[in-house]
Amino acid sequence: MNRLGLSPRTMLTNTPATEDILVHGVAAVCDPLGGLYLPETGMLVVSDLHLEKGAAFARRGMMLPPYDTIATLNILAAVIARYDPKIVVSLGDNFHDRRGSEFLPADLRAMILDMARGRDWIWINGNHDPDGTTDLPGISIDELVYGGLVFRHEPSLISGKGEVAGHLHPSATVRRREKYVRRPCFATDGHRLLMPAFGVLTGGLDLNHKAMQGIFDRQALVAHLLGRDRIYSVRYGNLLA
Amino acid sequence: MDRIEPKSSGNQAVTLPRPFVKWFAEKGWSPRAHQLELLARAQGGENMLLIAPTGAGKTLAGFLPSLTDLVARGKIPPGSAFTGIHTLYISPLKALTVDIERNLMKPVTEMGLAVSVENRTGDTPQAKRQRQKLNPPDILLTTPEQVALLLANKEAERFFKDLKYVVLDELHSLVTSKRGHLLSLGLARLRKHAPDMQTIGLSATVADPMDLQRWLVPQGETPAPPAGLVHVTGGAAPDITILGTDSRIPWSGHVSTYAIPEVYEEIKRHKTTLIFVNTRFQAELLFQTLWTINEDNLPIALHHGSLDAGQRRKVEAAMADNKLRAVVATSTLDMGIDWGDIDLVVHVGAPKGASRLAQRIGRANHRMDEPSKAILVPANRFEVMECQAALDANYHGAQDTPPVGEGALDVLAQHVLGMACAEPFDPVALYDEITSASPYATLTWEMYERIVDFVATGGYALRSYERYAKIRKMEDGRWRVSNPQIAQQYRMNLGTIVEAAELNVRLVKRNAKGTLGRGGMSLGKVEEYFLEQLVQGDTFLFAGKVLRFEGIRENECLVSNAFSLDPKIPAYAGGKFPLTTYLADQVRAMLADPDRRTALPDQVRDWLSIQLERSMLPRQDELLIETFPRGKRFFLIAYCFEGRLAHQTLGMLLTRRLERAGARPLGFVATDYSLAIWGLNDLGAMIADGSLSLSDLFDEDMLGDDLEAWLDESYMLKRTFRNCAVISGLIERRHPGKEKTGRQVTVSTDLIYDVLRTHEPDHVLLEATRRDAASGLLDIGRLGDMLGRIKGHITHRDLDRVSPLAVPIMLEIGKESVPGEAQDAVLQEAADELIAEAGL
Repeated sequence: MNRLGLSPRTMLTNTPATEDILVHGVAAVCDPLGGLYLPETGMLVVSDLHLEKGAAFARRGMMLPPYDTIATLNILAAVIARYDPKIVVSLGDNFHDRRGSEFLPADLRAMILDMARGRDWIWINGNHDPDGTTDLPGISIDELVYGGLVFRHEPSLISGKGEVAGHLHPSATVRRREKYVRRPCFATDGHRLLMPAFGVLTGGLDLNHKAMQGIFDRQALVAHLLGRDRIYSVRYGNLLA
Repeated sequence: MDRIEPKSSGNQAVTLPRPFVKWFAEKGWSPRAHQLELLARAQGGENMLLIAPTGAGKTLAGFLPSLTDLVARGKIPPGSAFTGIHTLYISPLKALTVDIERNLMKPVTEMGLAVSVENRTGDTPQAKRQRQKLNPPDILLTTPEQVALLLANKEAERFFKDLKYVVLDELHSLVTSKRGHLLSLGLARLRKHAPDMQTIGLSATVADPMDLQRWLVPQGETPAPPAGLVHVTGGAAPDITILGTDSRIPWSGHVSTYAIPEVYEEIKRHKTTLIFVNTRFQAELLFQTLWTINEDNLPIALHHGSLDAGQRRKVEAAMADNKLRAVVATSTLDMGIDWGDIDLVVHVGAPKGASRLAQRIGRANHRMDEPSKAILVPANRFEVMECQAALDANYHGAQDTPPVGEGALDVLAQHVLGMACAEPFDPVALYDEITSASPYATLTWEMYERIVDFVATGGYALRSYERYAKIRKMEDGRWRVSNPQIAQQYRMNLGTIVEAAELNVRLVKRNAKGTLGRGGMSLGKVEEYFLEQLVQGDTFLFAGKVLRFEGIRENECLVSNAFSLDPKIPAYAGGKFPLTTYLADQVRAMLADPDRRTALPDQVRDWLSIQLERSMLPRQDELLIETFPRGKRFFLIAYCFEGRLAHQTLGMLLTRRLERAGARPLGFVATDYSLAIWGLNDLGAMIADGSLSLSDLFDEDMLGDDLEAWLDESYMLKRTFRNCAVISGLIERRHPGKEKTGRQVTVSTDLIYDVLRTHEPDHVLLEATRRDAASGLLDIGRLGDMLGRIKGHITHRDLDRVSPLAVPIMLEIGKESVPGEAQDAVLQEAADELIAEAGL
């Protein structure tokens, strides 16, 4: 199952089974669509949209289907409609390459304009799109400190206290009775949180991967996996029972 | 002039040049009738097909027309204008081109002919390849991929303009695959460069030679006459037996471990034994078990496709030098390479096809007048019947090679791009050329245009990639590549063999501190998906060893010696052939006919007669359905005999239907012979009271909506799609400057598949995938034939307990995981544990 499979059905569900958590003492709601809502500040965080990934590949001669952007934006519109946030933060790798927002087709640009109407929009710059966005609402910055948390694309190596980051596309594998299920997840040890990748054409990196080493206190690490219409929370040590 | 009249074929007189006559005389040989007939008819301008058993001098026959022509032509004087190659020899295996070069150079040197022979494969150094383009040899020995590469080159016309002969070896095995499709398109292009070029196909015996005779000549609106046929029959009949055993033949399973002591005794009795198995897993297990009883320390080796190439070469060399007593091998050793003096072939597990058996036995002996000796070792009781059927077929000369089939669309897309790389193409001229290749003779103009559009911009309804097009239409209507990088990408990604994502397996040691060392021996490759299921400490069987999984470092899977005898076994998905239609038919006939059953061993006959008492044995055209309760479940067994792939598809579709009928099915399992479905409701009672109709359940309309709905979720279809995406060039295997990325494919094809299913379900690549699946992994074509055949011939037996015939498949249950919608249930279970742990 992937995000394309879950989108049409879940968007019709009016009562999502979310999971309430605390990140560095700040209340947060993990939504199965892949967004993190912070009720105290009215902020919705999404990460790694990788918009125009298909087009980025087409520019290099691989004609991937041109439908990924609209599929991702449809899910984004659904999660925005669900929380009606004051602020939307897109946590970097908003576009798959530097030219993504420049060549974004007009109808898709209009969808983003619609979603941004009446709220603040912050594009955090990522490694795929370090130059910011072109002709889109909101501001492009490298880092945001707000409401007791710090928002940046790549997790810092020094201190992760109160950090919400993306970049690594965390996913977790659950094994029970010789069956394996792998899903994207929110990953947090209570101090730091890694966001799942939101874009429909994004892959995942297992929490066991060496790139994840040193990021979390694994004793306290919990994976909140994105299920079909609810969040499944599993302690790191219990993933492969 | 010396003249030798062909002995059998009559009218054509043939002239052999003096060096040939002398050479044959010195060797004390005389040319065989079929060699001379082929030569005469080729000299008369015919395209030819030679069908002959191994050891009949096929290679020399194939080259005689070009050798005699080259001798007549004489050496080209220095300073002459550029001369392109004279003869192209194409074989499916790199190793075979090397082998043939050796075999061909011998007579060429001994006769003192001024003929240059070279090979060109993926292993040929760049410098030599460049030199070959500037100064081509007379005879070039190569593979289908290299032909495609040469044809996509700007110099192709110059290189091929003097081509006289194309010799196609092992044609029977090439034509049915996508490589064969690509080659057929290449042949069409070669004919454009050299209109008078002639083809010579060399093949083992096939079911329908006319398929190949047409394949060798241009089709299209006015097809050329089919290639002439020279058919060499005979050779000594092989001496085949089914292994007699005192042990109990197992009910189910595929590993034949019961017979290993007897197989070992046979190895001891013979000089060199070649042991064929159907899967890599069987090879691993058999090899390991043989060594546990190898008290005489006989040199026994292992050979399969996942092993490290260096290790395979070592085994091949040892074998050619007669240093080995036995080799356990999979289909990697199937084809016509000379492997020294093998005096026994043991086939473990049923051969699954009569022609496959004949070809494998052919390996045993390269002198066609001595009988080959072979022993079949069935792994279970159904396989006993299958082996008996294959054995009968072998004596009757029956053949069940698959038909050539329709050309694949992904291959066509690759070819279209290649042709644009060579030179701008006129769309109408290219269409005519493509439809002259027999697999593409029925390609419609509309489909061709969709493929060209796909190559250009991906062929999407949403036309947003025009500015990124790979090929563009020029003002004169011809298509050209947009930039030179496209041609480079094409060359790097050419070919039709898509490897599953694989990781190298490296044996390392743990040092005293418990950390892993570096740089141990490389053992070969395993599929990534298999490793994803392992956690550190799990053990598995590979390269003949029990290994402990230590972890993945960069692109390598690290393992250590496990010193354990009880491995968790690699569950390779590939390598299992389904039972051929012909053998399936024969097994059904055997069940139906008491006379044919007399040839079977007592154990098997007893089993069948108890079945006859307790239930029944179906007639040949009849489908037997049994229902019975067991434990808290109700079972339905369908004895279809249509092969595992078709049964799996049937199982998927029937479970959906039973679900709708309220039968509450829980799962199913499929073997080559039957299908078992189980559920919570009493299926027998439902059939008896009319709430479930078997004729409705097995109606052909399941291949409509049910199939479509299932394809949405099918994992197998995603694998097929992945191959199509790679071959068609939608996804690159390699990108210039990024040759060393770990995974062969740079983006998840599963995700792309889902994007297409959701947003453009009639995209041409999904069409290509469905066509592939229909004949490949899903075997829908065969399932459709069966549903048509059994209409009105379904017989139901409601039993109070499991029947003898059902025992084998009942034992398979639980060995395979049951596919379906169980994923969220697994997550739920894990989440519930957390809740319990938290004391909620």
